[in-house]
Amino acid sequence: MITSIYGAIESGLIYAIMALGVYISFRLLDFPDLTVDGSFVTGGAVTSVMIVNGTDPFTATIAGAIAGFFAGCITGLLHTKGNINPLLAGILMMIALYSINLRIMGQPNIPLLNEHTLFTTLSGWWEALNLEAIFMAPFHWLGIADFAPRSFYALMSLLVLIIIVKKLMDFFLRTEAGTTLRATGDNQKMVRSFSANTSLYIIVGMGVSNMLVAFSGAMVVQHSGFADINLGVGMIIIGLASVIIGEVLFGKDKIVRMTLAVILGAIVYRIIYSMALRIDFLEASDMKLITALIVVVALVFPHWLGQTNAKNQYKKSKAKAASG
Amino acid sequence: MLSLNEIHKTFYPNTPDERLALVDVNQKLEAGDFVTIIGSNGAGKSTLLNTLAGSIIPDEGEVSIDGRDVTRLPEQKRAAYIGRVFQDPMSGTAPGMTIEENMVISLGRTKRRSLFRGVSKQLRERFREHLATLEIGLEDRLNTKVGLLSGGERQALSLLMATFTEPKILLLDEHTAALDPSKQELILRLTRELVEKHSLTTVMVTHQMEQAIDFGNRLWMMDEGKIIFEANDDEKDELTVPDLLQNFENIRGKRMASDRALLSK
Repeated sequence: MITSIYGAIESGLIYAIMALGVYISFRLLDFPDLTVDGSFVTGGAVTSVMIVNGTDPFTATIAGAIAGFFAGCITGLLHTKGNINPLLAGILMMIALYSINLRIMGQPNIPLLNEHTLFTTLSGWWEALNLEAIFMAPFHWLGIADFAPRSFYALMSLLVLIIIVKKLMDFFLRTEAGTTLRATGDNQKMVRSFSANTSLYIIVGMGVSNMLVAFSGAMVVQHSGFADINLGVGMIIIGLASVIIGEVLFGKDKIVRMTLAVILGAIVYRIIYSMALRIDFLEASDMKLITALIVVVALVFPHWLGQTNAKNQYKKSKAKAASG
Repeated sequence: MLSLNEIHKTFYPNTPDERLALVDVNQKLEAGDFVTIIGSNGAGKSTLLNTLAGSIIPDEGEVSIDGRDVTRLPEQKRAAYIGRVFQDPMSGTAPGMTIEENMVISLGRTKRRSLFRGVSKQLRERFREHLATLEIGLEDRLNTKVGLLSGGERQALSLLMATFTEPKILLLDEHTAALDPSKQELILRLTRELVEKHSLTTVMVTHQMEQAIDFGNRLWMMDEGKIIFEANDDEKDELTVPDLLQNFENIRGKRMASDRALLSK
């Protein structure tokens, strides 16, 4: 049970990168982007093929992310220059990427179990520095060694990674260009009237969004030890679930707080996921249904809550008026 | 400063819906000119303004700003020279972002947007000073989301954002029409102050004759895509609302009766 939570946090941290990408397109650019289902696999595909062919995992991961950047830019181009509706542009790109991903991989499934990945490299460093003992010490000292994760290296290195990604994103979104990008999703007409090329902001923004998604995909295949052509099915919904859960539970106005909320949302989603998998009559294949339900509840509930609050307030004020 | 050369624009050409929006418009504005444009619905006021802004490209003719031909320059590039306030107070600001972030975006009008921190300490000070001149307390609410401001406050902010970076030309598109009377007064006062302070070349479209007469040193009256009457400087100073109506009646003749209702005083 406890170890499964560590596992959930680990994958939550990886999927959080994807969720941050979805946050850029869905919330900041107001662009519900289905490219994600494809670009997630593209990242994984490029990375795994390169790793199998002997490229070092750092380069392979970066290459995977860059591939995602271009995929996102094309979706942005389809929408801005081709005047295609955002949803349709994303769907077209998702379908196109399915074939492209198969071409890249050459087969529907690539095992990475015996390959050199980012995680094997990191675990090598971890052991060389003998950090495991340091992290395990408090658990031994408290006599709860059984509750410690099998190893800290993945958890800690992913934590460092996500903090770096978050800091970079916070910085970028508060630059002049980043501020304008956010405004593009808010009021395009206004942004244009202040001499900003909104098309360019959308294209680059979609690129960055899908770059994060592909980066996440590249990490996932290395973490799980295989790449699969169907890895991305429903990924956008997982991203949306993370963003919405994060907003509802931890969200605040400030951008720094929002990126944190999205990351925590991704982790909470993974924990819910792992809990649901432990329920006997549910099977792994039911997860898509559960994810969809989570999104529906997360979308409907705050709205519904707002209405009840308003109603209660109205009743209260009426009662007050009656008594006074 | 600004010149319009034989501008023609027809909407839906060669269809039953064909409409002549601008017919042979020839005008020049000098630096510091403030022109008010008046006319009934469909007279071509907004089309003219949109032609200046670049949202509409004319069929024929040439628009030039400061000697540079900008006729085919897309809207967002032309915006480097042009400050604009829309009729709808919601149009000129980004509701989900704070006052200071909105102002950072407006600053980008004249230069390339960088990858440096958007809101710096000095900038915040500068924003505060400019906001203080509006005298509606926005200077203490730099971190408030613009969506939480009232329509009047948002329009005042739009006006400030359009003017404080000193564009070559300021376009005001019935920018008080959607506000209640007290807020209209506020925005008009601010318009006068800000235009004077930055000595901006201004084009203001309005529905209200009194405003058109009160403001600026020039007045154009439009009808069916043409500028049918204009008054400059001294001539304009002596203009009264009855004069304007009389002129309009003389030129337009009998259709006047139905239009009188549309042109409010």
